[in-house]
Amino acid sequence: MGDELRLPIAADVDVVEARQQGRALAAVAGFSSGEQTVIAAAISEIARNILMYAKKGEITLSLVQNGDRQGVSIVAVDQGPGIPDIERAMQYGYSTSHGVGAGLPGAKRLMDEFEVDSVVGHGTTITMKKWRRAI
Amino acid sequence: MEVPILRQGQYLIASIQSALTDADLSHLREALIAQVGRSRCRGVIVDVTALDVMDSFAVRTLRDIAHMARLRGAETVIVGIQPDVAFAMVQLGLTLKGVATVLDLEEGLAFLDGRTKGGLGGGAFDKSRRPPSGPPRG
Amino acid sequence: MDTKKSMSVSTRVSDPQALSESSAGLLRELVAHLRQNRTQLREEWARRITRAELLTAMTEEEIFAEATAVYDNYVEALETGTFEALQAYSRRLSERIIPRGVETDEVVGIVLLLRDVLARSLFTKYQDNVEKLNRILDSYEPAANRIANTVAVGFVEERERIIRQQQEAIRELSTPVLQVRERLLILPIIGVIDPQRARQLTEQLLRAIRANRAKVVVIDVTGVAAMDSGVANHLVQTVEASRLLGATVIVTGLSPEIAQTLVTIGVDLSEMATVGDLQGGIEEAERLLADRAAPTTQVREIAPESQR
Repeated sequence: MGDELRLPIAADVDVVEARQQGRALAAVAGFSSGEQTVIAAAISEIARNILMYAKKGEITLSLVQNGDRQGVSIVAVDQGPGIPDIERAMQYGYSTSHGVGAGLPGAKRLMDEFEVDSVVGHGTTITMKKWRRAI
Repeated sequence: MEVPILRQGQYLIASIQSALTDADLSHLREALIAQVGRSRCRGVIVDVTALDVMDSFAVRTLRDIAHMARLRGAETVIVGIQPDVAFAMVQLGLTLKGVATVLDLEEGLAFLDGRTKGGLGGGAFDKSRRPPSGPPRG
Repeated sequence: MDTKKSMSVSTRVSDPQALSESSAGLLRELVAHLRQNRTQLREEWARRITRAELLTAMTEEEIFAEATAVYDNYVEALETGTFEALQAYSRRLSERIIPRGVETDEVVGIVLLLRDVLARSLFTKYQDNVEKLNRILDSYEPAANRIANTVAVGFVEERERIIRQQQEAIRELSTPVLQVRERLLILPIIGVIDPQRARQLTEQLLRAIRANRAKVVVIDVTGVAAMDSGVANHLVQTVEASRLLGATVIVTGLSPEIAQTLVTIGVDLSEMATVGDLQGGIEEAERLLADRAAPTTQVREIAPESQR
Protein backbone atom coordinates (compact mmCIF):
# COMPACT_ATOMS: atom_id res chain seq x y z
CA MET A 1 0.00 0.00 0.00
CA GLY A 2 1.08 3.52 -0.65
CA ASP A 3 3.43 2.25 -3.29
CA GLU A 4 3.19 3.74 -6.67
CA LEU A 5 4.38 2.44 -9.95
CA ARG A 6 5.67 4.92 -12.50
CA LEU A 7 5.73 3.73 -16.06
CA PRO A 8 7.24 5.71 -18.93
CA ILE A 9 5.15 5.70 -22.11
CA ALA A 10 7.20 6.26 -25.24
CA ALA A 11 6.52 3.28 -27.51
CA ASP A 12 3.67 0.90 -28.18
CA VAL A 13 5.29 -1.85 -26.08
CA ASP A 14 4.92 0.53 -23.12
CA VAL A 15 1.16 0.56 -23.66
CA VAL A 16 1.09 -3.23 -23.33
CA GLU A 17 3.33 -3.07 -20.24
CA ALA A 18 1.16 -0.39 -18.60
CA ARG A 19 -2.07 -2.32 -18.99
CA GLN A 20 -0.47 -5.54 -17.75
CA GLN A 21 0.88 -3.76 -14.68
CA GLY A 22 -2.51 -2.15 -14.15
CA ARG A 23 -4.26 -5.51 -14.27
CA ALA A 24 -1.78 -6.93 -11.75
CA LEU A 25 -2.34 -3.99 -9.39
CA ALA A 26 -6.12 -4.32 -9.73
CA ALA A 27 -5.77 -7.98 -8.78
CA VAL A 28 -3.81 -6.98 -5.67
CA ALA A 29 -6.59 -4.52 -4.77
CA GLY A 30 -9.08 -7.40 -4.94
CA PHE A 31 -10.95 -6.48 -8.13
CA SER A 32 -12.78 -9.30 -9.92
CA SER A 33 -11.27 -10.58 -13.14
CA GLY A 34 -13.98 -8.74 -15.06
CA GLU A 35 -13.07 -5.46 -13.38
CA GLN A 36 -9.35 -6.11 -13.89
CA THR A 37 -10.05 -6.39 -17.61
CA VAL A 38 -12.01 -3.14 -17.57
CA ILE A 39 -9.16 -1.32 -15.77
CA ALA A 40 -6.57 -2.74 -18.18
CA ALA A 41 -8.63 -1.55 -21.14
CA ALA A 42 -8.97 1.98 -19.70
CA ILE A 43 -5.21 2.18 -19.10
CA SER A 44 -4.61 1.01 -22.65
CA GLU A 45 -6.75 3.87 -23.99
CA ILE A 46 -5.08 6.66 -22.04
CA ALA A 47 -1.61 5.26 -22.65
CA ARG A 48 -2.27 5.24 -26.36
CA ASN A 49 -3.63 8.75 -26.09
CA ILE A 50 -0.23 9.88 -24.77
CA LEU A 51 1.54 8.12 -27.61
CA MET A 52 -0.71 9.55 -30.30
CA TYR A 53 -0.75 13.16 -29.21
CA ALA A 54 2.31 13.78 -27.03
CA LYS A 55 4.66 11.02 -28.24
CA LYS A 56 5.83 10.44 -24.69
CA GLY A 57 4.72 10.77 -21.11
CA GLU A 58 4.28 8.83 -17.92
CA ILE A 59 1.60 6.76 -16.21
CA THR A 60 1.52 6.36 -12.44
CA LEU A 61 -0.45 3.50 -10.91
CA SER A 62 -1.29 3.32 -7.22
CA LEU A 63 -3.65 1.79 -4.71
CA VAL A 64 -5.99 4.22 -2.98
CA GLN A 65 -8.32 4.02 -0.04
CA ASN A 66 -11.42 6.01 0.81
CA GLY A 67 -12.89 5.02 4.14
CA ASP A 68 -13.29 1.29 3.87
CA ARG A 69 -13.34 1.33 0.09
CA GLN A 70 -10.29 0.24 -1.82
CA GLY A 71 -9.48 1.27 -5.34
CA VAL A 72 -6.86 1.99 -7.95
CA SER A 73 -5.73 5.35 -9.21
CA ILE A 74 -4.19 5.92 -12.61
CA VAL A 75 -2.58 9.22 -13.50
CA ALA A 76 -1.35 9.89 -17.03
CA VAL A 77 0.90 12.91 -17.52
CA ASP A 78 2.39 14.28 -20.71
CA GLN A 79 4.01 17.52 -21.88
CA GLY A 80 2.36 17.36 -25.26
CA PRO A 81 0.33 19.95 -27.15
CA GLY A 82 -2.62 19.77 -24.75
CA ILE A 83 -6.27 19.39 -25.65
CA PRO A 84 -7.81 22.62 -27.02
CA ASP A 85 -11.43 21.52 -26.62
CA ILE A 86 -11.79 19.01 -23.80
CA GLU A 87 -15.55 18.89 -24.07
CA ARG A 88 -15.31 17.88 -27.68
CA ALA A 89 -12.51 15.41 -27.03
CA MET A 90 -14.71 13.70 -24.48
CA GLN A 91 -17.50 13.20 -27.02
CA TYR A 92 -17.85 9.61 -28.03
CA GLY A 93 -16.82 9.07 -31.63
CA TYR A 94 -14.80 12.26 -31.92
CA SER A 95 -11.18 11.96 -32.94
CA THR A 96 -8.65 14.39 -34.33
CA SER A 97 -6.22 11.66 -35.33
CA HIS A 98 -7.25 8.45 -37.01
CA GLY A 99 -8.46 6.88 -33.78
CA VAL A 100 -11.98 5.57 -33.41
CA GLY A 101 -12.80 8.33 -30.98
CA ALA A 102 -13.52 5.77 -28.30
CA GLY A 103 -10.28 6.39 -26.42
CA LEU A 104 -10.87 9.02 -23.74
CA PRO A 105 -14.67 8.84 -23.58
CA GLY A 106 -14.38 5.06 -23.58
CA ALA A 107 -11.95 5.11 -20.67
CA LYS A 108 -14.26 7.48 -18.84
CA ARG A 109 -17.16 5.06 -19.22
CA LEU A 110 -15.08 2.29 -17.72
CA MET A 111 -13.92 4.16 -14.63
CA ASP A 112 -15.73 5.63 -11.63
CA GLU A 113 -13.82 8.91 -11.60
CA PHE A 114 -12.25 10.62 -14.57
CA GLU A 115 -10.67 14.05 -14.76
CA VAL A 116 -8.86 15.81 -17.56
CA ASP A 117 -6.62 18.73 -16.91
CA SER A 118 -5.04 20.21 -19.98
CA VAL A 119 -3.21 23.39 -20.89
CA VAL A 120 -2.63 24.03 -24.57
CA GLY A 121 1.08 24.08 -25.29
CA HIS A 122 1.98 22.64 -21.91
CA GLY A 123 0.47 19.20 -21.64
CA THR A 124 -2.28 17.05 -20.27
CA THR A 125 -2.93 15.24 -17.02
CA ILE A 126 -5.63 12.59 -16.83
CA THR A 127 -6.57 11.20 -13.44
CA MET A 128 -8.90 8.25 -13.19
CA LYS A 129 -10.00 5.97 -10.37
CA LYS A 130 -12.00 2.84 -9.96
CA TRP A 131 -13.47 1.70 -6.66
CA ARG A 132 -14.16 -1.81 -5.62
CA ARG A 133 -17.80 -2.75 -5.12
CA ALA A 134 -18.79 -4.32 -1.84
CA ILE A 135 -19.03 -8.12 -2.26
CA MET B 1 5.43 -10.72 -31.71
CA GLU B 2 4.51 -12.13 -35.10
CA VAL B 3 1.13 -13.82 -35.40
CA PRO B 4 1.35 -17.12 -37.29
CA ILE B 5 -1.09 -17.43 -40.21
CA LEU B 6 -1.95 -20.96 -41.23
CA ARG B 7 -3.79 -22.03 -44.31
CA GLN B 8 -6.37 -24.74 -43.97
CA GLY B 9 -8.26 -25.59 -47.14
CA GLN B 10 -10.03 -22.45 -48.28
CA TYR B 11 -9.43 -20.63 -45.01
CA LEU B 12 -6.69 -18.63 -43.38
CA ILE B 13 -6.35 -19.00 -39.64
CA ALA B 14 -4.47 -16.38 -37.63
CA SER B 15 -4.08 -17.43 -34.05
CA ILE B 16 -2.86 -14.77 -31.68
CA GLN B 17 -0.54 -16.23 -29.05
CA SER B 18 0.09 -13.38 -26.65
CA ALA B 19 -0.48 -9.69 -25.96
CA LEU B 20 0.02 -7.61 -29.10
CA THR B 21 1.30 -4.08 -29.57
CA ASP B 22 -0.42 -1.71 -31.97
CA ALA B 23 2.37 -2.34 -34.46
CA ASP B 24 1.87 -6.12 -34.18
CA LEU B 25 -1.83 -5.65 -34.86
CA SER B 26 -1.23 -3.44 -37.88
CA HIS B 27 1.25 -5.96 -39.19
CA LEU B 28 -1.27 -8.77 -38.75
CA ARG B 29 -3.84 -6.76 -40.72
CA GLU B 30 -1.46 -6.19 -43.61
CA ALA B 31 -0.21 -9.76 -43.66
CA LEU B 32 -3.73 -11.18 -43.65
CA ILE B 33 -5.03 -8.93 -46.40
CA ALA B 34 -2.00 -9.66 -48.58
CA GLN B 35 -2.50 -13.39 -48.11
CA VAL B 36 -6.22 -13.29 -48.78
CA GLY B 37 -5.49 -11.89 -52.22
CA ARG B 38 -2.61 -14.22 -52.95
CA SER B 39 -4.29 -17.43 -51.86
CA ARG B 40 -7.79 -16.54 -53.05
CA CYS B 41 -9.19 -18.02 -49.87
CA ARG B 42 -12.87 -17.79 -48.97
CA GLY B 43 -12.63 -17.31 -45.25
CA VAL B 44 -10.49 -15.82 -42.50
CA ILE B 45 -10.49 -16.84 -38.85
CA VAL B 46 -8.79 -14.66 -36.25
CA ASP B 47 -8.43 -16.50 -32.96
CA VAL B 48 -8.18 -14.03 -30.05
CA THR B 49 -8.50 -16.56 -27.21
CA ALA B 50 -5.10 -15.48 -25.86
CA LEU B 51 -6.01 -11.78 -25.58
CA ASP B 52 -6.93 -10.77 -22.06
CA VAL B 53 -7.90 -7.26 -23.05
CA MET B 54 -9.06 -5.56 -26.23
CA ASP B 55 -9.05 -1.81 -26.53
CA SER B 56 -10.34 0.47 -29.26
CA PHE B 57 -7.28 0.01 -31.44
CA ALA B 58 -7.45 -3.79 -31.33
CA VAL B 59 -11.17 -3.77 -32.07
CA ARG B 60 -10.77 -1.30 -34.91
CA THR B 61 -8.02 -3.44 -36.43
CA LEU B 62 -10.19 -6.56 -36.27
CA ARG B 63 -13.06 -4.67 -37.87
CA ASP B 64 -10.75 -3.39 -40.62
CA ILE B 65 -9.52 -6.90 -41.28
CA ALA B 66 -13.10 -8.13 -41.68
CA HIS B 67 -14.09 -5.28 -44.01
CA MET B 68 -10.95 -5.45 -46.13
CA ALA B 69 -11.15 -9.22 -46.41
CA ARG B 70 -14.77 -8.92 -47.54
CA LEU B 71 -13.74 -6.49 -50.26
CA ARG B 72 -11.28 -9.12 -51.41
CA GLY B 73 -13.89 -11.88 -51.42
CA ALA B 74 -13.37 -13.56 -48.05
CA GLU B 75 -15.62 -13.78 -45.04
CA THR B 76 -14.04 -13.14 -41.63
CA VAL B 77 -14.99 -14.54 -38.26
CA ILE B 78 -13.45 -13.60 -34.93
CA VAL B 79 -13.26 -16.51 -32.49
CA GLY B 80 -12.43 -16.94 -28.83
CA ILE B 81 -13.33 -13.58 -27.29
CA GLN B 82 -13.18 -14.18 -23.53
CA PRO B 83 -16.27 -13.37 -21.43
CA ASP B 84 -14.48 -10.66 -19.41
CA VAL B 85 -13.02 -9.15 -22.56
CA ALA B 86 -16.43 -9.10 -24.26
CA PHE B 87 -17.99 -7.32 -21.29
CA ALA B 88 -15.22 -4.73 -21.13
CA MET B 89 -15.53 -4.17 -24.90
CA VAL B 90 -19.23 -3.38 -24.79
CA GLN B 91 -18.73 -1.09 -21.81
CA LEU B 92 -16.18 0.76 -23.92
CA GLY B 93 -18.80 0.96 -26.65
CA LEU B 94 -16.90 -1.42 -28.94
CA THR B 95 -19.34 -3.99 -30.28
CA LEU B 96 -17.68 -5.14 -33.53
CA LYS B 97 -20.93 -4.43 -35.32
CA GLY B 98 -21.14 -6.16 -38.68
CA VAL B 99 -18.33 -8.57 -37.89
CA ALA B 100 -19.13 -12.22 -37.22
CA THR B 101 -18.01 -13.54 -33.87
CA VAL B 102 -18.31 -17.08 -32.52
CA LEU B 103 -17.20 -19.00 -29.48
CA ASP B 104 -14.11 -20.85 -30.66
CA LEU B 105 -12.14 -22.22 -33.58
CA GLU B 106 -14.45 -25.19 -34.08
CA GLU B 107 -17.48 -22.90 -34.29
CA GLY B 108 -15.53 -20.59 -36.56
CA LEU B 109 -14.85 -23.36 -39.06
CA ALA B 110 -18.51 -24.45 -38.94
CA PHE B 111 -19.58 -20.84 -39.48
CA LEU B 112 -17.37 -20.40 -42.54
CA ASP B 113 -18.49 -23.78 -43.92
CA GLY B 114 -22.08 -22.63 -43.57
CA ARG B 115 -21.36 -19.28 -45.16
CA THR B 116 -19.35 -20.51 -48.09
CA LYS B 117 -21.78 -23.35 -48.82
CA GLY B 118 -24.72 -21.05 -48.54
CA GLY B 119 -26.12 -22.45 -45.29
CA LEU B 120 -26.29 -21.00 -41.83
CA GLY B 121 -23.50 -23.09 -40.38
CA GLY B 122 -22.41 -22.46 -36.86
CA GLY B 123 -22.39 -18.74 -37.10
CA ALA B 124 -24.22 -15.99 -35.39
CA PHE B 125 -27.64 -15.50 -36.80
CA ASP B 126 -27.81 -12.39 -38.81
CA LYS B 127 -30.57 -9.88 -38.74
CA SER B 128 -32.66 -11.28 -41.55
CA ARG B 129 -33.15 -14.39 -39.42
CA ARG B 130 -33.90 -12.57 -36.23
CA PRO B 131 -37.15 -13.55 -34.58
CA PRO B 132 -40.11 -11.23 -34.86
CA SER B 133 -39.71 -8.54 -32.32
CA GLY B 134 -42.02 -6.94 -29.83
CA PRO B 135 -43.18 -3.39 -29.44
CA PRO B 136 -39.81 -1.68 -28.89
CA ARG B 137 -38.73 -2.50 -32.41
CA GLY B 138 -42.03 -1.44 -33.91
CA MET C 1 -21.21 -9.47 32.19
CA ASP C 2 -18.58 -7.47 33.98
CA THR C 3 -15.95 -7.43 31.31
CA LYS C 4 -13.54 -5.14 33.04
CA LYS C 5 -13.37 -7.35 36.07
CA SER C 6 -13.17 -10.55 34.10
CA MET C 7 -10.39 -9.10 31.97
CA SER C 8 -8.25 -8.08 34.88
CA VAL C 9 -8.58 -11.44 36.57
CA SER C 10 -8.23 -13.41 33.41
CA THR C 11 -4.70 -12.08 33.12
CA ARG C 12 -3.97 -13.66 36.41
CA VAL C 13 -5.69 -16.87 35.40
CA SER C 14 -3.78 -17.12 32.18
CA ASP C 15 -0.50 -16.56 33.94
CA PRO C 16 -0.15 -19.20 36.65
CA GLN C 17 3.18 -17.73 37.75
CA ALA C 18 1.46 -14.55 38.83
CA LEU C 19 -1.03 -16.37 41.00
CA SER C 20 -0.38 -16.11 44.66
CA GLU C 21 0.14 -19.39 46.51
CA SER C 22 -3.26 -19.30 48.05
CA SER C 23 -5.35 -18.38 44.99
CA ALA C 24 -3.55 -21.00 42.87
CA GLY C 25 -4.34 -23.45 45.60
CA LEU C 26 -7.96 -22.33 45.68
CA LEU C 27 -8.37 -22.79 41.95
CA ARG C 28 -6.84 -26.27 42.22
CA GLU C 29 -9.25 -27.11 44.96
CA LEU C 30 -12.14 -25.79 42.91
CA VAL C 31 -11.14 -27.85 39.86
CA ALA C 32 -10.79 -30.97 42.01
CA HIS C 33 -14.27 -30.38 43.37
CA LEU C 34 -15.74 -30.03 39.88
CA ARG C 35 -13.99 -33.20 38.75
CA GLN C 36 -15.22 -35.20 41.75
CA ASN C 37 -18.81 -34.15 41.27
CA ARG C 38 -18.71 -34.27 37.48
CA THR C 39 -21.55 -36.77 37.03
CA GLN C 40 -23.92 -35.14 39.43
CA LEU C 41 -23.26 -31.53 38.36
CA ARG C 42 -23.53 -32.41 34.70
CA GLU C 43 -26.89 -34.07 35.27
CA GLU C 44 -28.11 -31.16 37.33
CA TRP C 45 -27.09 -28.77 34.57
CA ALA C 46 -28.81 -30.81 31.85
CA ARG C 47 -31.95 -30.93 34.03
CA ARG C 48 -31.93 -27.18 34.46
CA ILE C 49 -31.49 -26.68 30.71
CA THR C 50 -34.56 -28.80 30.00
CA ARG C 51 -36.55 -27.14 32.74
CA ALA C 52 -35.70 -23.67 31.43
CA GLU C 53 -36.89 -24.85 27.99
CA LEU C 54 -33.61 -24.06 26.36
CA LEU C 55 -32.24 -26.01 23.37
CA THR C 56 -35.74 -27.27 22.60
CA ALA C 57 -34.60 -28.26 19.13
CA MET C 58 -32.40 -30.97 20.64
CA THR C 59 -33.21 -34.31 22.31
CA GLU C 60 -32.33 -34.95 25.95
CA GLU C 61 -29.54 -37.34 24.95
CA GLU C 62 -28.06 -34.71 22.68
CA ILE C 63 -28.27 -32.07 25.38
CA PHE C 64 -26.54 -34.39 27.84
CA ALA C 65 -23.76 -35.26 25.36
CA GLU C 66 -23.10 -31.59 24.57
CA ALA C 67 -23.39 -30.67 28.26
CA THR C 68 -20.71 -33.23 29.08
CA ALA C 69 -18.37 -31.87 26.44
CA VAL C 70 -18.94 -28.25 27.47
CA TYR C 71 -18.50 -29.17 31.13
CA ASP C 72 -15.14 -30.85 30.51
CA ASN C 73 -13.92 -27.99 28.37
CA TYR C 74 -15.12 -25.60 31.03
CA VAL C 75 -13.19 -27.30 33.80
CA GLU C 76 -10.12 -27.50 31.58
CA ALA C 77 -10.29 -23.78 30.87
CA LEU C 78 -10.58 -23.08 34.58
CA GLU C 79 -7.59 -25.28 35.30
CA THR C 80 -5.21 -24.18 32.55
CA GLY C 81 -6.36 -20.61 32.08
CA THR C 82 -6.22 -21.15 28.32
CA PHE C 83 -9.30 -20.79 26.21
CA GLU C 84 -8.23 -22.10 22.79
CA ALA C 85 -9.72 -25.56 23.26
CA LEU C 86 -12.97 -24.10 24.55
CA GLN C 87 -13.06 -21.60 21.70
CA ALA C 88 -12.54 -24.33 19.10
CA TYR C 89 -15.17 -26.47 20.79
CA SER C 90 -17.76 -23.72 20.88
CA ARG C 91 -17.18 -23.03 17.20
CA ARG C 92 -17.80 -26.69 16.35
CA LEU C 93 -20.79 -26.76 18.67
CA SER C 94 -22.24 -23.68 16.98
CA GLU C 95 -21.72 -25.23 13.55
CA ARG C 96 -23.77 -28.22 14.71
CA ILE C 97 -26.59 -26.40 16.45
CA ILE C 98 -27.09 -23.27 14.33
CA PRO C 99 -28.62 -25.19 11.41
CA ARG C 100 -31.08 -26.67 13.91
CA GLY C 101 -32.35 -23.25 14.81
CA VAL C 102 -30.68 -22.71 18.18
CA GLU C 103 -30.74 -19.01 19.06
CA THR C 104 -28.12 -16.80 20.69
CA ASP C 105 -30.14 -16.29 23.88
CA GLU C 106 -30.33 -20.06 24.36
CA VAL C 107 -26.57 -20.42 24.17
CA VAL C 108 -25.99 -17.52 26.55
CA GLY C 109 -28.69 -19.03 28.78
CA ILE C 110 -27.11 -22.46 29.09
CA VAL C 111 -23.67 -21.08 29.86
CA LEU C 112 -25.10 -18.83 32.59
CA LEU C 113 -27.00 -21.83 33.96
CA LEU C 114 -23.77 -23.82 34.22
CA ARG C 115 -22.17 -20.92 36.01
CA ASP C 116 -25.09 -20.91 38.43
CA VAL C 117 -25.13 -24.70 38.97
CA LEU C 118 -21.43 -24.68 39.82
CA ALA C 119 -21.70 -21.65 42.10
CA ARG C 120 -24.55 -23.30 44.01
CA SER C 121 -22.50 -26.43 44.55
CA LEU C 122 -19.68 -24.26 45.89
CA PHE C 123 -22.15 -22.62 48.31
CA THR C 124 -23.19 -26.02 49.56
CA LYS C 125 -19.62 -27.24 49.96
CA TYR C 126 -18.30 -24.20 51.77
CA GLN C 127 -21.40 -23.07 53.61
CA ASP C 128 -19.64 -23.52 56.92
CA ASN C 129 -16.66 -21.42 55.93
CA VAL C 130 -17.94 -18.16 54.56
CA GLU C 131 -14.50 -16.55 54.41
CA LYS C 132 -13.17 -19.39 52.23
CA LEU C 133 -16.33 -19.42 50.14
CA ASN C 134 -15.76 -15.77 49.35
CA ARG C 135 -12.19 -16.34 48.32
CA ILE C 136 -13.18 -19.35 46.15
CA LEU C 137 -15.90 -17.29 44.47
CA ASP C 138 -13.41 -14.48 43.86
CA SER C 139 -11.27 -16.91 41.88
CA TYR C 140 -14.16 -18.62 40.21
CA GLU C 141 -16.40 -15.81 39.09
CA PRO C 142 -14.12 -13.89 36.70
CA ALA C 143 -12.92 -17.07 35.04
CA ALA C 144 -16.49 -18.29 34.71
CA ASN C 145 -17.47 -14.97 33.15
CA ARG C 146 -14.69 -15.19 30.66
CA ILE C 147 -15.71 -18.73 29.76
CA ALA C 148 -19.33 -17.64 29.23
CA ASN C 149 -18.06 -14.83 27.09
CA THR C 150 -15.91 -17.10 24.96
CA VAL C 151 -18.74 -19.50 24.23
CA ALA C 152 -21.26 -16.77 23.45
CA VAL C 153 -18.90 -14.82 21.21
CA GLY C 154 -17.92 -18.01 19.42
CA PHE C 155 -21.57 -18.69 18.73
CA VAL C 156 -22.33 -15.20 17.47
CA GLU C 157 -19.29 -15.19 15.19
CA GLU C 158 -20.24 -18.52 13.70
CA ARG C 159 -23.78 -17.29 13.17
CA GLU C 160 -22.56 -14.21 11.36
CA ARG C 161 -20.31 -16.29 9.16
CA ILE C 162 -23.23 -18.54 8.21
CA ILE C 163 -25.45 -15.54 7.49
CA ARG C 164 -22.80 -14.05 5.21
CA GLN C 165 -22.49 -17.36 3.41
CA GLN C 166 -26.23 -17.62 2.95
CA GLN C 167 -26.46 -14.07 1.63
CA GLU C 168 -23.92 -14.88 -1.04
CA ALA C 169 -25.73 -18.07 -1.93
CA ILE C 170 -29.03 -16.20 -2.21
CA ARG C 171 -27.41 -13.62 -4.45
CA GLU C 172 -26.18 -16.40 -6.73
CA LEU C 173 -29.54 -18.12 -6.67
CA SER C 174 -31.39 -14.95 -7.52
CA THR C 175 -29.81 -14.95 -10.97
CA PRO C 176 -29.87 -18.55 -12.10
CA VAL C 177 -28.70 -19.42 -15.57
CA LEU C 178 -30.58 -22.53 -16.66
CA GLN C 179 -29.65 -24.84 -19.47
CA VAL C 180 -32.92 -26.07 -21.00
CA ARG C 181 -31.35 -28.13 -23.68
CA GLU C 182 -28.03 -28.32 -25.41
CA ARG C 183 -26.83 -24.87 -26.46
CA LEU C 184 -29.89 -23.06 -25.08
CA LEU C 185 -29.76 -21.08 -21.85
CA ILE C 186 -32.58 -19.32 -20.03
CA LEU C 187 -31.98 -16.44 -17.67
CA PRO C 188 -35.14 -15.52 -15.79
CA ILE C 189 -34.63 -12.23 -14.00
CA ILE C 190 -36.81 -11.55 -11.02
CA GLY C 191 -36.98 -8.55 -8.75
CA VAL C 192 -35.11 -5.33 -8.57
CA ILE C 193 -32.00 -4.87 -10.66
CA ASP C 194 -29.38 -2.47 -9.34
CA PRO C 195 -26.17 -1.75 -11.22
CA GLN C 196 -24.17 -4.16 -9.08
CA ARG C 197 -26.59 -7.01 -9.62
CA ALA C 198 -26.80 -6.23 -13.31
CA ARG C 199 -23.04 -6.47 -13.63
CA GLN C 200 -22.90 -9.73 -11.71
CA LEU C 201 -25.71 -11.11 -13.82
CA THR C 202 -23.92 -10.32 -17.06
CA GLU C 203 -20.63 -11.81 -15.90
CA GLN C 204 -22.44 -14.96 -14.82
CA LEU C 205 -24.32 -15.25 -18.11
CA LEU C 206 -21.20 -14.71 -20.25
CA ARG C 207 -19.29 -17.40 -18.35
CA ALA C 208 -22.26 -19.77 -18.69
CA ILE C 209 -22.40 -19.13 -22.44
CA ARG C 210 -18.78 -20.16 -22.74
CA ALA C 211 -19.02 -23.12 -20.35
CA ASN C 212 -22.16 -24.52 -22.03
CA ARG C 213 -21.22 -23.50 -25.57
CA ALA C 214 -24.63 -21.85 -25.80
CA LYS C 215 -25.87 -20.52 -29.14
CA VAL C 216 -29.12 -18.98 -27.96
CA VAL C 217 -30.01 -17.29 -24.69
CA VAL C 218 -33.52 -16.33 -23.63
CA ILE C 219 -33.53 -13.53 -21.06
CA ASP C 220 -36.95 -13.34 -19.46
CA VAL C 221 -37.73 -10.07 -17.71
CA THR C 222 -41.37 -10.83 -16.86
CA GLY C 223 -40.44 -10.63 -13.19
CA VAL C 224 -38.82 -7.23 -13.48
CA ALA C 225 -41.15 -4.51 -12.30
CA ALA C 226 -39.32 -1.45 -13.50
CA MET C 227 -36.32 -0.59 -15.58
CA ASP C 228 -34.48 2.70 -15.67
CA SER C 229 -32.19 3.80 -18.45
CA GLY C 230 -29.13 2.48 -16.62
CA VAL C 231 -30.50 -1.02 -16.37
CA ALA C 232 -31.91 -0.89 -19.90
CA ASN C 233 -28.54 0.11 -21.29
CA HIS C 234 -27.00 -2.69 -19.33
CA LEU C 235 -29.43 -5.13 -20.91
CA VAL C 236 -28.36 -3.87 -24.32
CA GLN C 237 -24.71 -4.36 -23.34
CA THR C 238 -25.45 -7.90 -22.21
CA VAL C 239 -27.01 -8.66 -25.58
CA GLU C 240 -24.00 -7.20 -27.39
CA ALA C 241 -21.45 -9.01 -25.23
CA SER C 242 -23.31 -12.31 -25.74
CA ARG C 243 -23.12 -11.82 -29.47
CA LEU C 244 -19.35 -11.37 -29.19
CA LEU C 245 -19.28 -14.88 -27.70
CA GLY C 246 -21.38 -16.14 -30.61
CA ALA C 247 -24.72 -16.37 -28.81
CA THR C 248 -28.00 -14.79 -29.92
CA VAL C 249 -30.12 -13.27 -27.16
CA ILE C 250 -33.90 -13.20 -27.22
CA VAL C 251 -35.50 -10.95 -24.62
CA THR C 252 -38.96 -11.96 -23.46
CA GLY C 253 -41.57 -10.55 -21.10
CA LEU C 254 -40.99 -6.84 -21.57
CA SER C 255 -44.10 -5.31 -20.05
CA PRO C 256 -45.92 -2.57 -21.97
CA GLU C 257 -44.84 -0.09 -19.29
CA ILE C 258 -41.18 -1.01 -19.58
CA ALA C 259 -41.38 -1.06 -23.38
CA GLN C 260 -42.82 2.43 -23.30
CA THR C 261 -40.20 3.67 -20.86
CA LEU C 262 -37.42 2.27 -23.02
CA VAL C 263 -38.71 3.97 -26.12
CA THR C 264 -39.27 7.23 -24.26
CA ILE C 265 -35.78 7.38 -22.80
CA GLY C 266 -34.36 6.49 -26.18
CA VAL C 267 -32.56 3.25 -25.45
CA ASP C 268 -31.47 1.76 -28.75
CA LEU C 269 -33.22 -1.58 -28.94
CA SER C 270 -32.89 -2.03 -32.68
CA GLU C 271 -30.35 -4.79 -32.22
CA MET C 272 -32.40 -6.63 -29.67
CA ALA C 273 -34.62 -9.57 -30.56
CA THR C 274 -37.75 -9.54 -28.46
CA VAL C 275 -40.63 -12.00 -28.12
CA GLY C 276 -43.75 -11.44 -26.05
CA ASP C 277 -43.51 -14.23 -23.52
CA LEU C 278 -41.07 -16.85 -22.31
CA GLN C 279 -42.87 -19.69 -24.11
CA GLY C 280 -42.71 -17.83 -27.40
CA GLY C 281 -39.05 -17.03 -26.74
CA ILE C 282 -38.18 -20.68 -26.22
CA GLU C 283 -40.04 -21.66 -29.38
CA GLU C 284 -38.14 -19.05 -31.33
CA ALA C 285 -34.88 -20.29 -29.80
CA GLU C 286 -35.72 -23.85 -30.82
CA ARG C 287 -36.34 -22.64 -34.35
CA LEU C 288 -32.98 -20.88 -34.48
CA LEU C 289 -31.20 -23.97 -33.19
CA ALA C 290 -33.01 -26.22 -35.66
CA ASP C 291 -32.04 -23.93 -38.54
CA ARG C 292 -28.50 -24.24 -37.44
CA ALA C 293 -28.65 -28.04 -37.29
CA ALA C 294 -29.88 -28.26 -40.89
CA PRO C 295 -27.91 -25.57 -42.68
CA THR C 296 -28.34 -26.94 -46.21
CA THR C 297 -32.10 -26.49 -46.31
CA GLN C 298 -31.77 -22.81 -46.84
CA VAL C 299 -29.78 -20.82 -49.26
CA ARG C 300 -28.71 -17.79 -47.42
CA GLU C 301 -27.85 -14.40 -48.57
CA ILE C 302 -24.41 -13.41 -47.37
CA ALA C 303 -25.53 -10.27 -45.70
CA PRO C 304 -23.16 -7.35 -45.94
CA GLU C 305 -23.87 -6.09 -42.46
CA SER C 306 -21.34 -3.37 -42.84
CA GLN C 307 -22.32 -0.41 -40.76
CA ARG C 308 -19.20 1.62 -40.52
